[in-house]
Amino acid sequence: MSRESLLRVENVSKAFGGVLALSAVDLEVHAGDIVGIIGPNGSGKTTLVNAITGFIKVDHGRVSFKGREITNWKPHKIADMGLTRTFQVMRPYFSLPAFKNLIVPLFSRRARRTGGWRGGGKMGSRDTVAVDILEEIGFERDSYVPYKVASSLPTGYLKRLELARCLALRPELVICDEVFSGLSMSEMASMVPLIEKLQMEGITLIMVEHRLRELFRLANRVVVLNFGCKIAEGTAEEVMGHKEVKEAYFGSEEVLSYV
Amino acid sequence: MTMSVEKGDRRKERLDRGIKVRTDGVYAISSWIEITYLVLPRMALIVGLLALPLVLTHFPYWQRVVSIIGIYALLAIGFDFLANFVGLVSLGGGLYIGVGAYIAALLNSEFGLPTYVTVPAATVLGGALCTMILFPCLPLRGVYFAIVSLMYPLLAGRVIEALNIFGGTDGIIGLDGFSSGWVEQYLLIACVLVALFVLRRMVTEDVGLVFRGVKDNDQAVRASAINITTYKALGVFIAAALGCLGGACLAHIYMWAGISQFALDFSIIPIAATVVGGGGTLVGAVIGCVILVPISEVLRDFGTLRIAVYALILTGFIVFKSEGIMTYATRKYEQTERWVEI
Amino acid sequence: MDIFIYGIINSASLVLMALGFTLVYGVSRLPNFAHGALYVLTGYITWLLLNRVGLSYPLSMAISLAATGLIGAAMYQFILVRVRGMAISEIIASYAIGLAILEGLRWGGLKGGTFTLPPFVEGSTLLFGVSVDYQRLIVVVAGVVLVSLLWLFVSGTKLGLGLKGMAQDEQAAMTLGIDSDRMAVVAMAVGSMLAGAAALVLLPLANIIVETGYNVLIMAVAVCIVGGLGSWNGAILAAFIIGFAQILTVVFLGAHYQVVVALIAIIITLIMRPSGLFGRQKELEERV
Repeated sequence: MSRESLLRVENVSKAFGGVLALSAVDLEVHAGDIVGIIGPNGSGKTTLVNAITGFIKVDHGRVSFKGREITNWKPHKIADMGLTRTFQVMRPYFSLPAFKNLIVPLFSRRARRTGGWRGGGKMGSRDTVAVDILEEIGFERDSYVPYKVASSLPTGYLKRLELARCLALRPELVICDEVFSGLSMSEMASMVPLIEKLQMEGITLIMVEHRLRELFRLANRVVVLNFGCKIAEGTAEEVMGHKEVKEAYFGSEEVLSYV
Repeated sequence: MTMSVEKGDRRKERLDRGIKVRTDGVYAISSWIEITYLVLPRMALIVGLLALPLVLTHFPYWQRVVSIIGIYALLAIGFDFLANFVGLVSLGGGLYIGVGAYIAALLNSEFGLPTYVTVPAATVLGGALCTMILFPCLPLRGVYFAIVSLMYPLLAGRVIEALNIFGGTDGIIGLDGFSSGWVEQYLLIACVLVALFVLRRMVTEDVGLVFRGVKDNDQAVRASAINITTYKALGVFIAAALGCLGGACLAHIYMWAGISQFALDFSIIPIAATVVGGGGTLVGAVIGCVILVPISEVLRDFGTLRIAVYALILTGFIVFKSEGIMTYATRKYEQTERWVEI
Repeated sequence: MDIFIYGIINSASLVLMALGFTLVYGVSRLPNFAHGALYVLTGYITWLLLNRVGLSYPLSMAISLAATGLIGAAMYQFILVRVRGMAISEIIASYAIGLAILEGLRWGGLKGGTFTLPPFVEGSTLLFGVSVDYQRLIVVVAGVVLVSLLWLFVSGTKLGLGLKGMAQDEQAAMTLGIDSDRMAVVAMAVGSMLAGAAALVLLPLANIIVETGYNVLIMAVAVCIVGGLGSWNGAILAAFIIGFAQILTVVFLGAHYQVVVALIAIIITLIMRPSGLFGRQKELEERV
């Protein structure tokens, strides 16, 4: 089964003043993949996500999605095509019920076209669709969790809410920016099946992560960034055996020998 | 919902009043007291505004003041909406008044269209025109919008004077007036009430959430496949149209349109009224006008000192982060406070 | 030739007007809408000291400059610092203060009669065959001097470097130990004094009227928008562009078209390159 290339990042570079945040980064993501992007802090992971999704203009290079060039497009147009992302720092409407946080994405043209996740064709009332989406990702309807005020929800639920914001657009590709960060072990245990479920629904995922153990269980390919350059790519085992990757995280061999 | 304010060893605790809680659900209609609690403030506003011209039947000067209050109220509602619900500060209210006035004046004097055509036309056309000239700053930081909105009315007056177009410094004279004083006042009061209700409805609906997102968290709104600029433009159009409506009415009230309609009064009073009346409530802006405009009329002899004083009051309110009248009144109406020992 | 000379003079005037505004915005991201008010205020205080108190001209100028600097600093320290960070409130507060000062002056100071400040040096001279007032030459000289002094201050002194650091990146500067509030006060004080200096040099060319305050604010803002908010070089370049454009308009179209130039410059900038010539304000999308 040959899988078409969904997202192609070619030779992308971005400098902020004197700092080269991204340097000739290449990336290709096929439909149905879960691609992990890892690297130490400051390696350019979030900058890459911003560049792909239009929040930052690139200096060089191309980004294409579904065969169309989307380099430097505005973020809402990119999201309209089905390429969505989550944010590391979430700012939901804290004083509103959880499901109200999905109203804004359901308001978009894409949501109206696609009926939101779970809707088929014409969308029903936004409130109903919002609650349905939340139920699908684990907000227990019996306990009225979707109706709880967002400020009362723990991190695990807020992370899911952020994912739901993307899902409301019925995306083809979701870039998850550190969705595992800040989760307790039990929250992790329920988040991993959710990601697997999304993959089975046909959504392609790119996951920027620090928590490598869980990521490696999910991702079929891993890309490693360091100082804005791609230093390795392959399966999890291939990548973790890579000398440069180990040096990036732990330092050079001499240092390790003292550890 | 409770809120508390810390102060030393004691803490101020705010609790919803019993009657507020009881009126939250549908059972509110089962008791007259509860129905009154809900309906009274709203009826007081509507009846109060509608009765105002009647009460002042024997004081034609004050009836005129009521119309002026209406015009400022339209501007103030627009300002409150733009600033507190969409996140754009519109410093030059005079722009909308002037554009509306001139459009109505031109339609009336050049094409002879009657007032019931010029006023709606000026509202829509003026709103569109103002939105167009403010459009380039919408994708930029909010500061740009504030600066440009301040510049346009200042420049417009000078350009008209310099190029001697649209009547130059004399303005356009000899416009039709409204058919009677009653029409004048009730038209404006009706517009204010309609604007209040429509906007309040809008901000509580889903659209309001989108606007709030545009104001507070525009990155997330962009990531949700929504074009921020479109919504900002929509917000500007609404505020501009309200202001142009006021301007068109003003032109027909005084039967004249001139440069002074780009003036500073129209900048400072809506802002001061919003801040004094309670920002973010829309009604507060109207209340603020009801208070500030008559005082301004009475102090007309003191010339521009009024503006200076209003500006200082405004600064005081902002600096001391005062709530504003409506916010204070709503809080008192809905919640009780007490000190609690920690 | 006279176009060239008057163009330079006009551009220098615009540079003087815009310098204070762009300094304050560059350092603390605060649009000082009271800029025009401080301009007129300085002139008025000088006039009072000169004509009512009977001090000498140089002494009056020095005192009024200091007073304006203090007023600017006080404005920040007591009013603006409390609304720091709340963009909407900052804008409204600085606008209200400016309005209060200008309208207060219109009511209780600059009324009933004409107010003028005498030129530093009376008379005129011939420059390349063009007759130029000495005062106008002083305007150009003052422009060059102030820009150079400012450049030296910002590059050479510790305080100035602190301002420059704040302008580039406020948070990075704070991590280096630069006190953001103190720098903002200094910026306001210096910016106000620059406005005052511009007033002292330019007001002798005309009467002191309140309208000038608004005109100065308009021109300063126009120059800064075209040059890019926060960019000193941009402001200077924009001042020259607008300055020469205005003179050319006067010569070929008529004197009353001058103000239209400012409006058109702003509109063109907003349409074609909204962040200005050297604007460091990236468009919203560039924020992460």
